Amino acid sequence: MLHTVNKSSFERNSLQSCINIIDDTSVILFIEDGVINAANNSKSSMIADLAAQGRVFALQGDVEARGISSKLADNIKLVDYAGFVDLVVEHGTAVSWV
Amino acid sequence: MKFAIQVNEGPYQHQASDTAFQFAKAAIENGHEIMRVFFYHDGVNNASSFTLPPQDDRHVVNNWASLDIKDADGNPELVVCVAAALRRGMLDESEATKNSIEGNNLHPAFRISGLGQLIEAGIQSDRLVVFGD
Repeated sequence: MLHTVNKSSFERNSLQSCINIIDDTSVILFIEDGVINAANNSKSSMIADLAAQGRVFALQGDVEARGISSKLADNIKLVDYAGFVDLVVEHGTAVSWV
Repeated sequence: MKFAIQVNEGPYQHQASDTAFQFAKAAIENGHEIMRVFFYHDGVNNASSFTLPPQDDRHVVNNWASLDIKDADGNPELVVCVAAALRRGMLDESEATKNSIEGNNLHPAFRISGLGQLIEAGIQSDRLVVFGD
């Protein structure tokens, strides 16, 4: 499954809720304010293991719009909107954490 | 692949409708089909033909219309939830006439219908992607 997260974990608990139930084959895509979760900050450890497995993506346009391109945590993969579409195709059911 | 999209937020209020539009555009450009976009809750405001943003701003309503999402018979597949629309003052000609209200504001690229259309989209599409707050 593909899990999209559109809120910062400094604002809501949606990322933690997502991580709590995510299975071994699912991936996470950060969009909108969710890309704050892709920055290297005090909450980065939440996603470090998943990112090391190559299962954490962030929408490039939203990363750039928030000025965090140079502050990304390790192993975050950037995708554009076409990459977002590919993730939905590849991973089946898309779950939107809002 | 056949996609359906659900939009739960209005334009210029939350990024959801912009993200949904960019996603739909990218899907079409990459050879996929958007079989329906369902506008629910405040998402119905994406369909207002009275929307007039400043000239240097994106026109979210016209953007949706430009995708030209229709069924095989040429009916719009930008579908607005009827209950969500009527309580927010979003009316097509027939709803305005029925309720004796002068004027209507549903953009012609959209149509008003019921929640069954969302369920049907979930069944008939390969993927349903939800954008909201």
